[in-house]
Amino acid sequence: MTDKALQARPVGNRGAPPSLMLRYGSQLGIIGVGLAMWLGFVIAAPRVFTDIDIYRAFAETTPLFGIIALSLTFVVITGEIDLSFPSVMALGTAAFCLVAAYGGAPWWVGLICALLTGAVCGFINGLLVASLSIPSLVITIGTGFLFRGLELVLMGGTGVPLTAEQYPQMHALLREPVFGFPVQTLWMVAILIAEWLLLNRTQFGAHVFLTGDNQVSARLMGVNAARVKIKAFVLVGVTAVFCGLLSSIYGYYFWPSTGEGSLLNTIASVFLGGTSVFGGAGSVVGTFVASFIIGAINAGIVSAGVNAFYTQLAFGLVIVISVVLQTIIDRRIRRQSLTGR
Amino acid sequence: MGRRMKGSGAMTAAATVSVGETPVIELKNVSKTFGEVRSLANVNFRVDRREIVGLLGDNGAGKSTLIKVVMGFYSPDAGGEIYFRGKRVDDWSVARARKLGIETVYQERALCEKQPIWRNMFMGRELRTRLGLLDVERMRAECARLMSEHMGFTSAAVHPNNVVATMSGGEKQGVAITRALYFEAELVILDEPTMGLSLSETKKTLDFVRHIKEVGRSAIFIDHNIFNIYPVVDRLYVLDRGKVAGVFSRADITMDALIERLYHVARTGTMELPQ
Repeated sequence: MTDKALQARPVGNRGAPPSLMLRYGSQLGIIGVGLAMWLGFVIAAPRVFTDIDIYRAFAETTPLFGIIALSLTFVVITGEIDLSFPSVMALGTAAFCLVAAYGGAPWWVGLICALLTGAVCGFINGLLVASLSIPSLVITIGTGFLFRGLELVLMGGTGVPLTAEQYPQMHALLREPVFGFPVQTLWMVAILIAEWLLLNRTQFGAHVFLTGDNQVSARLMGVNAARVKIKAFVLVGVTAVFCGLLSSIYGYYFWPSTGEGSLLNTIASVFLGGTSVFGGAGSVVGTFVASFIIGAINAGIVSAGVNAFYTQLAFGLVIVISVVLQTIIDRRIRRQSLTGR
Repeated sequence: MGRRMKGSGAMTAAATVSVGETPVIELKNVSKTFGEVRSLANVNFRVDRREIVGLLGDNGAGKSTLIKVVMGFYSPDAGGEIYFRGKRVDDWSVARARKLGIETVYQERALCEKQPIWRNMFMGRELRTRLGLLDVERMRAECARLMSEHMGFTSAAVHPNNVVATMSGGEKQGVAITRALYFEAELVILDEPTMGLSLSETKKTLDFVRHIKEVGRSAIFIDHNIFNIYPVVDRLYVLDRGKVAGVFSRADITMDALIERLYHVARTGTMELPQ
């Protein structure tokens, strides 16, 4: 094309490659928030926050919800939400108990059955959302009750001990530290790497972004948006069950109420991590860092001598502020789009 | 990915049209009926290689139906025939049309505004490494090359990492058209590409349309505005009430004469002016 053909020339400095700040602004912002919070906690409770034990506690407990948050990031990027994962955590772990503890099957059969249960739950969610276009916010509340109810019926509302003597391999996999380092965080790092690759270096990941950004455009260009959404929900289902097992093994016991209380932490981690509530943008690295910030809020508030009731307040603030910020950014992008700049 | 261009050379090697060359696509005696309504009636239509064909007509004239038949969205009623490069195709579908190299640049451009330009350029047909992972660096590099060679951007102008939302309407059309050409579209269908654009952006878009011909490809250009369509097309089909009311070579008719004919068609349903 000749010069005269197009006078599409740079306007202002928009032509410059996006700066590090622009490209990774949200992640850097989250890291900044995390550092500021950490400094605040160190000043408020120096004895607690200069002791290695608090960090070990973070490393053991944060992955119990943080791993689900990593997968939930995919669903939120597609423009959907899954509120049923706490129930899936319980139902999948119940499946393990039914097969391995009550059924007498080897532990690995129980593990496979549990993960498959999570996949089926995710598939059901995805199918209802993608194929029937039911709003995910509504349908996953419904399936959440359904999965929890099924678990309670199957287990008769009773728990199951999961001791190291009964399931040494499960404890070796999910509880025993590796060279003194909490295995829970090692799992989270491994899943972070795998999911980063999945989101940023595979066709599925690319289609997750495109589906969430503009589903109609993605479909016109040959992206199977329904299939992409179903896969994202399956991912959440499988990792929810993994976290159900992780937390049950951590507590040596499967409680029928497993998963309750993890909803807020997980969703807060995704939104604080910079994933757009409108879909089309997000980062698993941001979610990873945000998970540890959320994990620290709980312990930090108590350690700093503040009443534990303030924890909920802090979570609420985190969600509200991060969603408001995302909305402002999104509006700015839309305004740029409407004006062509 | 097999049809993808290997380099800029393929895009710039414009072919010479020879007289009597096989059309890229040809519709013979095509009708399309929806219930009681006949949207197309015995339409004969063709697009030659390296030719830009315009489609004009009022609302309900049959433009959209005709285009959807070409795209493979609708199959013609019995008796209609579709030929691609001279060969009759019976199992005409969207997938088949796309495989043969018919790409559509939609009115809304089918772009994802929050995504970088490179991701939009390769939307749905991402380049991958031998391991099956996305070849992000190659997509960025290819995108920069395409933007430089075919959209008139220097590397310092607009970076492939910039999100599409920062581009103007005309530039977005440029991305959509360049994307179609990159994947070796033989025929690009432009569905009202200037809709909602300012004058300067419309000019940019029309330059992109001319570029399709420069690189040896063909296009069907649908627009309501005769002032946009006339300067860039080689031939014009005027549709009225599902029929081809007239076919003009741009060389044979002035814009004023064409406008007069269009008024006449709208009033009488016939193209022929009274003597």
